[in-house]
Amino acid sequence: MSTTTLLGALLPVVPLVAGLVGLLLPPAARGATTDRDTSRRAAIALGVAGAAGALVLAVALLVTLDAPAESSTTWIRFGELTVTLGVRLDGAAALVAVAVAAVALAVQVYSVGYLTRGPHDDTDVDHRYPPYAAQISLFTAAMLLVVVSGDLIMLLVGWEVMGICSYLLIAHDRWLPQAPAAAQKAFLVTRVGDVGFLLGIALLGVSAGSFRIADVLAHDHGTGTLTAAGLLLLAGVAGKSAQFPLHTWLPDAMAGPTPISALIHAATMVAAGVYAITRLWPLFEATPTVLAVLGVMASVTLLLGAFAATAQDDIKRVLAWSTVSQLGYMTGALAVGSPPAALFHLLTHAAFKALLFLAAGVVIHAVGTAAMSRMGGLRHSMPVTFWCMLIGLGALAGLPPLSGFWSKEGVLAAAEGAALHGDGPAPAWVGWLVWLAGLVGVAVTAWYATRLLLRTFFGAPRTPLTHPHDPPALLRWPVLALTVPAALLGLAGFPGWFASQLQRTTPSDAEGVSDLMPPDGLIHLTPTVLLPLALLLLGAGLAWAGWRRDTAADPAAALGPLRPVFAGAFRLDDVQHTLVVRPTTALARAARVADERVVDGAVTGTGRGAGALGGGLAALHRSALPRAVVAVLAGALLIALAATLIGAM
Amino acid sequence: MSFGEFLLVAVLALPALGALAVAAIPRDLPARVAGTVAAGLTLVAALALAVDRSGSWTAYAVTPPAVRPWHALDLPWVPGLELRFHLGVDGISWPLVVLTALLTLLCCGYTCWRVPPGGSGRALVALLLVVEVGILGTFLALDLVLFFLFFEIVLLPMYAIIVGWGGDGTDPAAVAARRRAARKFALYTLFGSVLLLVGVYVVVAAAGTADIVALTGGNGLARGTQLAAFTLLAVAFAVKSPLWPLHSWLPDAHTQAPTVGSVLLAGVLLKMGTYGLIRVAVGVAPEGARWAAPVLGVLAVAAILIGSLVCLAQTELKRLIAYSSVGHMGFVLLGIATLTATGIQAALIGNVAHGIITGLLFFLAGAIKDRTHTGALRELSGLRETAPRLSGLLAFAAVASLGLPGLAGFWGEAFAVVAAVEVGGALWITLAVLAAFGGALTAAYLLRLLRQVTHGTATPAVAELKPGLAGAEVAAWTPLVLLALAVGLAPTLVLGVAEAPVTALVEVLR
Repeated sequence: MSTTTLLGALLPVVPLVAGLVGLLLPPAARGATTDRDTSRRAAIALGVAGAAGALVLAVALLVTLDAPAESSTTWIRFGELTVTLGVRLDGAAALVAVAVAAVALAVQVYSVGYLTRGPHDDTDVDHRYPPYAAQISLFTAAMLLVVVSGDLIMLLVGWEVMGICSYLLIAHDRWLPQAPAAAQKAFLVTRVGDVGFLLGIALLGVSAGSFRIADVLAHDHGTGTLTAAGLLLLAGVAGKSAQFPLHTWLPDAMAGPTPISALIHAATMVAAGVYAITRLWPLFEATPTVLAVLGVMASVTLLLGAFAATAQDDIKRVLAWSTVSQLGYMTGALAVGSPPAALFHLLTHAAFKALLFLAAGVVIHAVGTAAMSRMGGLRHSMPVTFWCMLIGLGALAGLPPLSGFWSKEGVLAAAEGAALHGDGPAPAWVGWLVWLAGLVGVAVTAWYATRLLLRTFFGAPRTPLTHPHDPPALLRWPVLALTVPAALLGLAGFPGWFASQLQRTTPSDAEGVSDLMPPDGLIHLTPTVLLPLALLLLGAGLAWAGWRRDTAADPAAALGPLRPVFAGAFRLDDVQHTLVVRPTTALARAARVADERVVDGAVTGTGRGAGALGGGLAALHRSALPRAVVAVLAGALLIALAATLIGAM
Repeated sequence: MSFGEFLLVAVLALPALGALAVAAIPRDLPARVAGTVAAGLTLVAALALAVDRSGSWTAYAVTPPAVRPWHALDLPWVPGLELRFHLGVDGISWPLVVLTALLTLLCCGYTCWRVPPGGSGRALVALLLVVEVGILGTFLALDLVLFFLFFEIVLLPMYAIIVGWGGDGTDPAAVAARRRAARKFALYTLFGSVLLLVGVYVVVAAAGTADIVALTGGNGLARGTQLAAFTLLAVAFAVKSPLWPLHSWLPDAHTQAPTVGSVLLAGVLLKMGTYGLIRVAVGVAPEGARWAAPVLGVLAVAAILIGSLVCLAQTELKRLIAYSSVGHMGFVLLGIATLTATGIQAALIGNVAHGIITGLLFFLAGAIKDRTHTGALRELSGLRETAPRLSGLLAFAAVASLGLPGLAGFWGEAFAVVAAVEVGGALWITLAVLAAFGGALTAAYLLRLLRQVTHGTATPAVAELKPGLAGAEVAAWTPLVLLALAVGLAPTLVLGVAEAPVTALVEVLR
């Protein structure tokens, strides 16, 4: 095992240890104040140390990794099938690991400031801070495991542990009645997708005889197996990466604390699905059918998320729906055959969306509500937050030269190539679909980003009684730190070290042609770049024009009768409830009744029947003397008769 | 007598002598402690069985037997009836032997601290040790008649445990309820035992021997005999496992049994059924197993789905956990039904994982019921507000039970599905898909349980709770928590020893 693979293996271990130790810390005593609470301080130290250690390791890995590396050992053998324990490292894995560890560190620090309750809140300090910090550490470990894993079963371990951490953290807030339900929904919807993921992994593993990713990629699967496995894996990806029709959990997951939304439900976990596809890219590249399905899913998700974001009043829900939409861009890039574009957008999105959520958290903390209808005019009282938010929203909308512009442009260029020149592995119509959806998405994104900015920071304050102010250092610094990549990461997409890391091939096809060609940049500036820019101006201009007419009114009023439809996200929640949840619960009730009445009823019935039969026979034997004498004589007569008849024969 | 033979005898003799000692010591607490010491020594002996496991079989035989025990003890017992006292341990039985010894030790230790109301703690510990003798004997027996005898030893002490210490309250209705549950348990499993007895004698009469080592592989049994024998044995073991639709003794027995009784019932008693299915039914009548595998697979998946659905509509804590066993054992039976090395290994680790996790769940459910005096889900809420430790452990156990990868429950369930995919064909692929959906339903009911019990605002019953845990509770639960994690991270703890015997068994199935 070389230094590089050792670094890769340690990457998930460090936060795992921090998390497991953190879970053992006693909950803070009730009524203790923040500064006299030793277990809280230990939890903070462990959490920050775990994330910082992971960040150091990830950076070291990125620096030392000069060629894709792989190392594995047998974990367990099930009959003919081998499960391995190993890492598979390449430039993309190292970059994603750095992004995960960096956001995790920012969130650990931010949480220290965010999850305190001062004396004026008439509640004591959050006595469940130690498990909270430990669960973030466990989540970080799980995500890093997914990133470095060299085996599909190992990947599944990280995949599901992330899910359970997400569940636990969404339900953290004890003052929110809807939190437990949202947490349950998040886990179950993704778990339904994971049914497909597990079956897809099983198909691939059984076909290849091993679950090691390198073996699975090297094996020559049949077309039928590959298509079936690809479609099944997509179900898992749709669950984790909130793709239509399994996207419904993500907006509700905003019931979790804001730092959790930033880390799990924006920057990292939801990107795991996209990352998993890039890991298994050769399998997907070989199956145009699967990519076509992915393209349709991506386009629907992209537009669905964008339109739903236009009509939300809760600032976190706007951002949540925008995450759904941006994930659509990433899966769209995959569908048109460009994993580097997808990974580039994944990285910039991780930066600017984490920034947006943390900044939104600052706003919510200051105003005491997440409803934009009660904000407004915060530009003067919270200038630092305003500028950070401006950069984040600019990057989200794709305003040059912020990061989102370059990465979104990369996605659109790939789609354009697939549409106009048939560049992608999928049919050209998939390229057209993704490209057009992406272009419409640009305009809508610009519209809702502008609306969010105007409703929150401009106009007159709508809750004049509060006195919002910029946040304390613990909240401010993580936000400020994240503005740097949110603004500048896009420039790294020009040809150079960063771009070659993302485009580097994996060990299995190291001898392929692509390695001989000089690495290409991720940015392709063509005249068609003017198209998204024009759409951006159109969207932002429309929102601004609507707001100008009445600065107190919501620009979403312009949506007219569509507004409730968009706000309810096309009522897909109700559809899911009617088609899945209610039938399942009805079936469960029916199963219980049937089990108790029919299956168990037969058993108790048999018992009762035997008892009754015994009772009846006993009653016969207890008869009075005359009848008993008659019975004995009749019996003797019968026997004698039988004996005579048999003897006579 | 070699060291291995000595250990085999010790594993059975220690709990038996312990039970006698407990009965002989007149004072209550010293007797309980003595019983716990006996259980602890049994665990040591059981662990030592894995040392020096060269085995008594010869690798040079032309056709090595399919069962190659590490240590074996073969003595004539009733020469007139050709009965032999034949014990042995191999990689299939050893993990279950250790699990049994461990859970009994934890139950005895727990009883040192708290005796459920109803009877003397001394008698309870003695009965637990007798149950242990029966279960260990079942796992160690290599003679069919001996196997049957040990299989039956368990029944009456368990009946006594449920009637004597079970239920809650002493009002006539509660007493009647636990009597009814115990009677149902005893009569139902006796019905299975009758079939087992007939099956055993069908095999013994046809083959002329009761030696499991000689019988494994179906040597010399006609096809018709194998089909009949497998049917009889499989139904008998299906009652014990339990396989839907022969499960309905289980929810009542678990709900009424005292905490330690439930732990042993779910933790190891059910495993006698699945172990018997692998060792006896599949081993002795492989042709019958191949013939019946599709039916077994369909019933196993039905158990997974129906068990999970019933759990989704359950309103009582212990009953819910009891029904969850039906679903989990469905995964184990699905693994066995595939008759592949993957599936049988999945079944073995699923067995052990279920013992660890459900044992822990029943301990926790017992602790919650002891504290709040209710098991109704709607009267339990907000546990994390008043008892964060207990609530955290419950969450851990529930998460382990839903088969989270990285914890013990994952391997058995995921690889039962993988094994079904491996078999291939429309039927088995369908079964794999349905079983995987059963996994999602499992998550649904366990999360519903957590949401109900741990989240929300505290109900009056929960609001009174003290946050702390007793030392005995921590001592009894910690090994299970650690094992759930350790088996999840290093499944080779269980399967490392099982690979060779499973491969040998699958060889003769072909």
